[in-house]
Amino acid sequence: MRVEPMSETPMPLWEVFIRNRSGMPHKHCGSVHAADATMALQAARDVYTRRGESVSIWVVPSRLITASDPGDKDFLFEPTASKPYRHPTFYTVPDEVGHM
Amino acid sequence: MRQANFHCAGTAPGAPASALFNYVLGLADDALVLGHRLSEWSGRGPSLEEDIALSNLALDLIGQARLYYSYAGELEGEGRDEDALAYLRDEHAYRNLLLLEQPNGDFAATMVRHLIYAAFLVPYLQALSGSADHRLGAIAAKAAKEMPYHLRHAAEWVIRLGDGTEESRGRTEAALGELWMYTGEMFAMDVAESGLAAQGIAVDRGTLKPTWEAGLERVLSEATLRRPVDGWMQTGGRASQHTEHLGRLLAEMQVLHRAHPGATW
Repeated sequence: MRVEPMSETPMPLWEVFIRNRSGMPHKHCGSVHAADATMALQAARDVYTRRGESVSIWVVPSRLITASDPGDKDFLFEPTASKPYRHPTFYTVPDEVGHM
Repeated sequence: MRQANFHCAGTAPGAPASALFNYVLGLADDALVLGHRLSEWSGRGPSLEEDIALSNLALDLIGQARLYYSYAGELEGEGRDEDALAYLRDEHAYRNLLLLEQPNGDFAATMVRHLIYAAFLVPYLQALSGSADHRLGAIAAKAAKEMPYHLRHAAEWVIRLGDGTEESRGRTEAALGELWMYTGEMFAMDVAESGLAAQGIAVDRGTLKPTWEAGLERVLSEATLRRPVDGWMQTGGRASQHTEHLGRLLAEMQVLHRAHPGATW
């Protein structure tokens, strides 16, 4: 007799982004498994916001994320190391501007 | 028998303190017993995400229980604190609803039990927030902020399990059928509780039944499940006549405190 595996389809993976206070951008904090978007939001709430970290959550199906190839990092990212003049520390920012 | 020395400081005028003590103790026992049941899932959840979710729900309820127990201890005035009330009372002194002591069963049964109770507790706590007893009202107001998530979480699962596979649907239907006879007790009130309700301290449970039924019906219809037909309803929890399951729950929950009184970490 053939034994069927318990779970035929693994639950999809979702990337979780949380915003820790109003006005700040959402930041990636991890991922959860869930059957659909509603359940992914609940799982994200339960796993990543237990200690008052968040005022807002986004979840995105991991399969929809297009990522750069780690093998391309030599020509994608390394050349910027020799261009320190691009850092904003070269400019003075008035205090009134606040968070940038 | 020990005679409790009740005092009424801070409570609504005219309320018999022993009635209020018993009422608050019942609310505390409800929260603790269901919270403990959910905590039994810790480390055994169907997924890491749901394991944490169930622990979160458990912690909400245990936190609510602590507030009720502390208040009950003050009302009694015998020096019993939350630990004494939670860990050093036997089955025949517990006043929780029978629904809440029923075993977790499978995940569907746990979610059905939680849906049935959260759909009741959300409107109940909203009403209790306006209690003439301000301390009780404040505890209810805090709990009322926590319970809508419980309702949503359980509802979303019941919808997916009921409208899911043949197996998940069968398990969900079976749980509804098995637990239905314990739903009547949520709306039952003894003379003492009715007296408190008449003074605006407790909530008239019967008035919440239409809200509960409508809320439950919305979820069940989306889950393509049918509400069981009302039959004979089992009661007794408030009179400390429990099903065989509570004794084992308490034995496990209380063993540490009884073996090592006052243990802390």
